[in-house]
Amino acid sequence: MSVLGLVFSNPELYGSTLAMATPLALGALGGTFSERTGVVNIAMEGIMLIGAFFGVMAAASSHSAWIGLLAGVVAGGLISLALAWPAVRLQSDQVILGMAINLFAAGLTAFLLNTVYGFGGTPISTPQLPQLTIPLLNNIPFVGAVLGQQNVVVYIMILLVIIGHFFLFHTNLGLRMRAVGEHPEAADTVGINVVRIRYFGVLIGGMMSGLAGVYLSIGMLNSFEVNMTDGRGYIALAAMIFGKWTPFGSLGAALLFGFATAVSYSLQNYGVSANLIGILPYALTIVALTGVIGRSKAPAADGLPYEPSK
Amino acid sequence: MSKRTQSLVLPLLAVITGLILGGIIMWVSGYKPINAYVALFQGAFGNSVFIANTIAGAIPLILTSLGIAIAFRTGLFNIGAEGQYWIGAMVGTWIGYNFPHLPWYIHIPFALIGAMVAGGIWGGLIPGLAKAFVGAHEVITTMMMSYIAILIGHFMLERGPMMAPGYNPQSPLVTMSATLPTLVSNSNLSAGIFIAMVAIIVVYLLLFHTTFGYRLRTVGHNPMAAKYAGMNVPLFTIYSLGLSGVLAGLGGAVQIMGVDHQLTDTFSSGYGYTAIVVSLLARNNPIAIFFASVFFSALSTGSQVMQINSGVSPNMTDVITGVIIFFVATDKLYSYFRGKFRRSSKAQSEQKGVSVS
Repeated sequence: MSVLGLVFSNPELYGSTLAMATPLALGALGGTFSERTGVVNIAMEGIMLIGAFFGVMAAASSHSAWIGLLAGVVAGGLISLALAWPAVRLQSDQVILGMAINLFAAGLTAFLLNTVYGFGGTPISTPQLPQLTIPLLNNIPFVGAVLGQQNVVVYIMILLVIIGHFFLFHTNLGLRMRAVGEHPEAADTVGINVVRIRYFGVLIGGMMSGLAGVYLSIGMLNSFEVNMTDGRGYIALAAMIFGKWTPFGSLGAALLFGFATAVSYSLQNYGVSANLIGILPYALTIVALTGVIGRSKAPAADGLPYEPSK
Repeated sequence: MSKRTQSLVLPLLAVITGLILGGIIMWVSGYKPINAYVALFQGAFGNSVFIANTIAGAIPLILTSLGIAIAFRTGLFNIGAEGQYWIGAMVGTWIGYNFPHLPWYIHIPFALIGAMVAGGIWGGLIPGLAKAFVGAHEVITTMMMSYIAILIGHFMLERGPMMAPGYNPQSPLVTMSATLPTLVSNSNLSAGIFIAMVAIIVVYLLLFHTTFGYRLRTVGHNPMAAKYAGMNVPLFTIYSLGLSGVLAGLGGAVQIMGVDHQLTDTFSSGYGYTAIVVSLLARNNPIAIFFASVFFSALSTGSQVMQINSGVSPNMTDVITGVIIFFVATDKLYSYFRGKFRRSSKAQSEQKGVSVS
């Protein structure tokens, strides 16, 4: 079999695609929830870092990975309020707020890592979130190797994408969120509380990005490293746009980008530059935005502050 | 407060708040914030070499943030200056080591202009065209282009066409004929400072004393009005983002030719993002950009000594920077709280009024 055949017929490639796609999909889903209510969120990178660090810290001190997960999700939600409050109450520029959170989070987590754990890094005894083995699925050839044995967060992610889709497009609250993101004045007129909906969207989004960070630190590994998100927050942003601000679209884009990463790791041994393959998500996003293949369009009021008339 | 005092006082308040919150975080973590800040200041301005390095660090910030300011003045957010800076550095390096027989007075301008053109194309042509013709938001396109640029840079160095012989991901050194002379020995301060100063003056004159600059600002102020006044808004979008990229590209080349002398994997430590902070803090005023650049350069230069003398990790400066941008973005905080205060005092006086009658 040719080299490419060997690489592409190996189920491990698809298993690691799913693993690589998980933080991207969670971040993109989080971004979708925020932006569907009209608050631009470029802060996924920073929120992920916060989630990752506080996830490890809580897991290490409580000896429970689940408490780590909870802490990371809560921390992600809390830091996202630094975006929500000024965006909603002060009509501040959301892109600038996002930048501020990203810088602050990168600095704070690196500073705390150094201060709390010193040069040795986070403790090696930090517990890790479990790998699950799905009984029947695991026995199916090929499919089992891809889907049957993954980290618990991978399955949570799949559930969240499905619930997220149902929530946004088939519930009353989801409809209200989309209304606020498309036309806040009209939503306000029919009695929807624009402020509360936007808070809700950003907060839920922040918790999902926090979970993405938790997955990186105590899902894939059991430690925190400086800047361990390594730009995944921005790729998640790309996945959100490429997925046209929908949960399934986000997952699809995340899988595509995750696949690109997984392939680039596999092909590295054969002299193919991972850097060049890494360009793919970014290039595809520009293509999607310029409309060469079905143009991506943001919610109409995305990024526009709303000042309720009194 | 008048608008003029506001534009001075609010950024200063943001800086002070950033330093205080940073101090509180250090204090809670068991450090002595005053000692840390003293060490930071000494590390930035303590002797002539430190001062020279602080000014040297401001050079790429000045050039890049001038470009970002032009975009902001046109109502555009060039968040991808980091990549344009990389592209400029890449082209500057390539020209810098490939033509060893050119005299310096041709080689230096050649490398600088090459970097400017490349940065302009990267920042202006693609995001500018995408914005002007299909309305693709420049925040996303410049950001994506930026990551593409950095990945291309890494590709070039990691067993790619620009890698020098050996095992390290680095390019060959630029030749002497493409090197900007060092002004203070044992420091990083090169003749690049003159380029930065000229750029400040040129951008200032361009923005405020030419018809072109007036038009750029009109487009930024009110694109609809500009359109009705007969201005070609898409064209000015491309010009503005292009100029933005030109300056970031120039910044990258000046950094290579004046300080680094070769391109490495770790070339930029986020100058493109700090430059956005500089422009925001300076409210896109070219002269204020000089001072804001020196301030942020002082933070990063001084943080080395801060770590040695007081043990505080240099990442603390990122925390401070993040807080500063946050408070720059929330400039309405002041009027918000004043409004609250007024409302509550008004409510109180109304209540009093009721009780008196």
